[in-house]
Parts: sequence; C-alpha cells; structure tokens
Amino acid sequence: MTGKQLLAVDTLTKHFPVRRGLIFPREIGSVRAVDGISLTLQKGETLAVVGESGCGKSTLGRLLLRLIEPTSGSVRFDGIDVLSLDRETLRKLRRRMQMIFQDPFASLHPRLSVRRILSEPIELHLGLSPKDTERRVNELLSVVGLAPYHADRYPHEFSGGQRQRIGIARALSTRPELIVCDEPVSALDVSIQAHVINLLVDLRQQFGLSYIFIAHDLAVVRHIADRIAVMYLGEIVEIGDKYAVTASPRHPYTRALLSAVPRAEAGRERRTIAQGDVPSPLNPPSGCRFHPRCPYAEARCRAETPQARTLEDGRQVACHRQDEIPPWPAAGGAGIDPVVRRRLQVLATAAKAKPAAA
Amino acid sequence: MSVLVQEKPDTSVQATATPLLSVDGLKTYFKTSGGLFKAVDGVSFSVEAGKTLAIVGESGCGKSVTAMSIMRLVPEPPGETVAGSIRYAGDELIGKSRREIEDLRGAEISMIFQEPMTSLNPVARVGAQIAEGLKRHKGMTDAQARERAIEMLRLVRIPSPETRVDEFPHQMSGGMRQRVMIAIALACDPKLLIADEPTTALDVTIQAQILELLRSLQDKLKTAIILITHDLGVVAENAHRVVVMYAGRVVETAPVDAIFSDAQHPYTLGLLASVPRFDDDAERLLTIPGSVPHPAHMPAGCRFSPRCTLATSKCTAEEPPLRSVASGHEVACWLAPIEKHGS
Ligand SMILES: Nc1ncnc2c1ncn2[C@@H]1O[C@H](COP(=O)(O)OP(=O)(O)OP(=O)(O)O)[C@@H](O)[C@H]1O
Ligand SMILES: Nc1ncnc2c1ncn2[C@@H]1O[C@H](COP(=O)(O)OP(=O)(O)OP(=O)(O)O)[C@@H](O)[C@H]1O
Ligand code: SF4
Ligand SMILES: [Mg+2]
Ligand SMILES: [Mg+2]
Repeated sequence: MTGKQLLAVDTLTKHFPVRRGLIFPREIGSVRAVDGISLTLQKGETLAVVGESGCGKSTLGRLLLRLIEPTSGSVRFDGIDVLSLDRETLRKLRRRMQMIFQDPFASLHPRLSVRRILSEPIELHLGLSPKDTERRVNELLSVVGLAPYHADRYPHEFSGGQRQRIGIARALSTRPELIVCDEPVSALDVSIQAHVINLLVDLRQQFGLSYIFIAHDLAVVRHIADRIAVMYLGEIVEIGDKYAVTASPRHPYTRALLSAVPRAEAGRERRTIAQGDVPSPLNPPSGCRFHPRCPYAEARCRAETPQARTLEDGRQVACHRQDEIPPWPAAGGAGIDPVVRRRLQVLATAAKAKPAAA
Repeated sequence: MSVLVQEKPDTSVQATATPLLSVDGLKTYFKTSGGLFKAVDGVSFSVEAGKTLAIVGESGCGKSVTAMSIMRLVPEPPGETVAGSIRYAGDELIGKSRREIEDLRGAEISMIFQEPMTSLNPVARVGAQIAEGLKRHKGMTDAQARERAIEMLRLVRIPSPETRVDEFPHQMSGGMRQRVMIAIALACDPKLLIADEPTTALDVTIQAQILELLRSLQDKLKTAIILITHDLGVVAENAHRVVVMYAGRVVETAPVDAIFSDAQHPYTLGLLASVPRFDDDAERLLTIPGSVPHPAHMPAGCRFSPRCTLATSKCTAEEPPLRSVASGHEVACWLAPIEKHGS
C-alpha cells in the first residue's frame, strides 16, 4: 500500500423521486438511497461495503463512478473532481475506474459475442492492434477461468456463474486502477468464488488495484477487505478495520448481520432471526434509523440521530449506546469436521506426491 | 437420440413416503456450433412432500438446466431433453403437452429463477406480474389479486409494499427484484418449489427471513423444495438431503449432516475446503485445481479424474457408478472411502 489517497467521498447523497398516479403522476416523496456518505480509499486498498438489501450499496457504487448523478456531495478520484468533468474527460477517466455489475445478465449485451463484449472496451480505451486485442481477450478469459472457446459464444449460452465471470473479465479489460465490484462472487459456487477472490487479491498485489467490494457474505469480505463499511438505510453505521469490525462489532446492526451468517457445518440448528418491521427509505425512522429493530433502543434513540464517533482502534460507529452494549462473544463454531479434515489431508498428501494434476 | 433410456432406478434407502417428484436418468443436451453439450447427463434424485433437497455443484455443472428441464423451460432448440423420466405426484411429465405443463407451472410447481432480470418483465409493474398467476390459476379478480400482491410483497419483506407494488423492476435494488421473483413463485401456494439460488442477492438478515418464510410455507402446505445454492451454510441449515453434481452427473448424495461430517467424493471434499470461514485467517482460500471439462469433450472414466489428485488408471478408464456407502449415502468414486488409499 502506498498510502496515497485514491478516492475521497464527501457527504454524497442520492434521492430518487417517487411518483404516484398513472395519468397525472405527482411526486409523493423520495427514496433516500444514499444519504450523506463520506469515506476515503487509499491506493491498493480494499474497502468492503456490506448492508441490508436495498440500503443503497449499488447506488453508492454507481455514484462513485458517476454512472448516475448525485443529488449532492462530492467525489474525488486521484485528486480529480469527478462531478465537474465534461462527458469526454469523464469517458477517458472511465478507463481507470470500472464496475463489475450485480446483475450480470442485464449488463451484458445479449447480441454481442463474448469476444466483442471484451474487445470493445480494449479497442476504445487501449487502442491495441487486432492481434494484441485477441491475445488480451484470451488472457482475460483464462484469468477468470474460462477457455478461449468461450469467446465465440453469446451471454445466454452461459450459466449464471460463467456470466458473472465475463463481467469480471470486462471490468479488467482496460487495466483500471479502481474497480467497484458489486456482489462479484455471490453468484459463484464456493470453489470458483475462492478462485475469483484469490484472483482479485493477486491483481491487487500485481497492479496496485483498489477495490470497493460490495458484498453480503461477511466471511468473504473478511478475507478480501482491509476495511469494512456497514450501511443501513443509506448511511454508514460502522466503518473500520475488518478484524475489529468482525471480531468485536459495536453497532447493533453489525451484530445482527454477523449473527445471521449461516455456517457450513453438520447439525446446524435453524435459528430464528429477530424480525422487526422493515423500515422504508421512503420514510426512514426518526433518530437512529435502526431503532425500530434494535434490541438496545431507548428513548434517546428515537429522538436524536447518533453521530459517528471514532474509537481507539480508528473505527467509527454511529450508535448512542455503543459504550453500554455487552461485549461480543468470541467466534464459536465447529469448523471442518475431523473425518472430512482427514480425507482432505489424504488429498493434499497425494497432491504433493503428484504435483501436476491436469 | 430421443429414445427414452431408462437408467437403473435409484435404489438408495429412502424414507417410506413416496416422493412427490422423482427424476430418473435425466439427460438434457444442447446442440451448439461447438458440438453437443451434455449439460445434464443422467441425473437421478427424488424429493418428498415437506422436504428440502439441495443441489450443489460447480458453476456450469448443470444445476439450472436440471431445474429448467423439470419446468420444461429449456430453450428448444438448441436444447433437448433426450432421455429420462420426471414423475410428479406419480404422473410422467415427459411427453405431456406444453399446455398441460403450463397449467401445472405456476399453479402447483413454481420456480424462483437465478437471475431476476431475465425472468421479470422490465416493462410491467411488479404488482401486475405477481397478480398475473393469481388471476390465471386462482381465478381472482383484479382487486383481489392486487391485495394479495401487496400482501406477498410484505411477506418477502419489501418495505412500503403499497407504494412499491406500482413500481417497475428497474426502480428496485437487486435484492428487491429477487424478492419480487420469490413473491411471484409463492403467490399460488405451490406444492413443489424449485428455488435456483433464491437468496444470492440478499444480505444475511433478509436471507434468513426469506428462508424462514420458505420453511413456514413448507410446514403449512407440505411443499417439497428443490434448493439450488452454492452457499453451504444455507444447505446446512435448510436441506434434508443434498445432491452434489459435477459436469452433468451426480457424484454424491446424502442426508445433509453426512455431507458435512462424512463427505466422500474428492470434489465434495474440495467444495467443503473452499468455504471461507470465520475461524480461519489463511491468506489464500483453498481452491480445486484445474477447471471443469469442455461440455462437448467430457473426459473418459470419472469426469473429475483430470482434477483429482488420487486418480488411478481405473479412474481415467471407467466411469464410477453411484454406490451406497452408508444408509441413504451414495458416492460415485472408485476409491471411496479415500482414507484407505492415503498413506
Ligand atoms: N442455451 C444454451 N445453449 C448452450 N449451452 C447452454 C445453454 N444453457 C446452458 N448451457 C450450458 O449448459 C451447462 C450447464 O449450465 P447450467 O446453467 O445448468 O449451470 P449451473 O450448474 O446452473 O451453473 P451456475 O452455478 O453457474 O448457475 C453450461 O456449460 C452452459 O454453458
Ligand atoms: N433508478 C431508480 N429509481 C428509483 N429508485 C431506485 C432506483 N435505483 C435504486 N432505487 C432505490 O434506491 C434504494 C437503494 O437501492 P440499491 O440498488 O442501491 O440497493 P442495494 O443496497 O444495492 O441493495 P441490494 O443488496 O438488494 O442490491 C432502493 O430502495 C431502490 O428501490
Ligand atoms: S443508537 Fe440506539 S437504536 Fe440505534 S443502534 Fe444504537 S442503541 Fe440501537
Ligand atoms: Mg445492489
Ligand atoms: Mg445456474
């Protein structure tokens, strides 16, 4: 990590108007999808963004790359004020910042072959010769675990996970410095997921890439991120070092997230998760937005909006009662079963004896 | 190519109940310019009313195509189910007319699709999309169907459902679209629900609530659920049985606890080792080396053999059949249990 700042975001806000009425639509309010978010990202750093479905993660990602216009706030990329750029300069800047989209099918043009999908941004931004473009396409395919024969197929001919990898290859095609990864591995099975995560980590080391990594799998996030930002209804409620956040979560919502993680172990009990009303970004609750679902809420929480406070470990938490809630129990869990562990050992020993399996 | 080749029926020990759905020797192939893709190549399993069967396996191994074959939604051409039997409540579905299948679909059998945007209509309001099946299969009026649509949106925990019911899919977040799909699939109280990665776009708290919703539906209506997922944590907490697929074949099937405590197939073992865990701080995640075979050029013998560190000459020559290793637990590996072969 060079310690140089790549991204600086200040009180970024996006409100989507909500209209009612089919013939004479009138505005009845707005969805406060992103509501005053500030954060920074260093060169070579990975910041994970986690949070409930609909809390504004994808909207935040799109705002960072200016794929949509914010209601207010500012975004600086490598010192450049992204929001003041004209179209042409913005287009050039896009080479340096890319996005892996959450819905791979919707983001891949159905009538373009994979070769076209990958070579278009290369031609547009890197200006390589046809031969070098071809080489780069094949290289990108192998990087994401697809084969050259896949290049002539169309998006609908792939499985969901394969399509996701095409989206990843496309994002990598222009050699960007920042990639906003929107749920890049949630459609992948665990072994390919592990492969892609290792790949993203390698690329970061090799090219000093930086990531904003939107995800909901906290175990995945704990592997890849340096820091974690936890969002709730358009706001960041806790942000800090990944070990601090996952080992001793301070915000009650972060705790709810961590305790809901299903573990891959035999004899897992079905747990009942505290339900609570689902709050609406159309009309967010007063005071702390989490208070209707929070087990620690008191009168103050309903009345006053908690301000983020910085703890000794550098983490910021926005909760009135963060000093009063009980300590978080150490991670339990049985881990891999001993019988399975022994068999894995057999496979590992055999792998050493016979190094090149295919 | 389209003769029905009956594979040996599944003789594994099953509970006494007759299954609601049994799939036997299913083969669905795609004719492509790159050759014949044997996406699903002799898959058998069954699921009883009130139970959940999970299907897991590497990306591209044929899970969705299996599901689409049951629903008769494989695009033809290039796809075709060339062999096998699919019995639903004792009735053979293969050979039924498209019309008959469409009547079952949505009314008794419904599916949650892997990618919401491919199956949601981008130019129709979500409420209308939920209402459609209710009007068609349950004979509801517009007003009744709208009421029920709002109720369904509330059940899948979409906030402000009265407002959201009039929105278009693009106005919703990824996870909300997924929940709209779930609402459509559950609206008509299905007897068999095929859920293809139903919670991939959802954070863990909403995922837990949705899975809870599926379970309460299952308890109430004795719904049989086929749950396709790569999240082994979700499998551990929700499935009764597990089918592990690799390259179009079933390589292991077992009661859920045995998958985690007694996994036998080297591929299943590799899957378990790849799960990122909270109790492990390794720099790199373990992966299974190599990649899935080209679907038109399947390796001879065991399809996993090119990637298997234990593979012997027998493995590369002869395809291992599924054989029983414990009650209800079958494995297709010549060497299982593998600890006999380690030293
Ligand atoms: N329309 C099609 N034309 C040609 N090949 C197809 C088509 N649909 C699927 N396939 C191929 O069939 C195989 C199985 O695909 P399927 O979608 O069932 O995988 P999956 O197990 O669901 O994977 P994932 O976990 O990534 O969703 C893949 O190799 C895929 O490329
Ligand atoms: N184009 C749009 N028009 C109107 N509302 C929108 C639009 N895009 C997003 N929203 C709303 O903004 C809120 C945040 O959406 P966003 O897609 O950012 O959520 P998310 O955190 O990415 O959720 P998920 O995990 O489900 O993908 C949601 O309430 C969504 O309905
Ligand atoms: S401020 Fe109050 S309601 Fe909000 S998280 Fe903290 S304790 Fe809960
Ligand atoms: Mg999103
Ligand atoms: Mg699939």
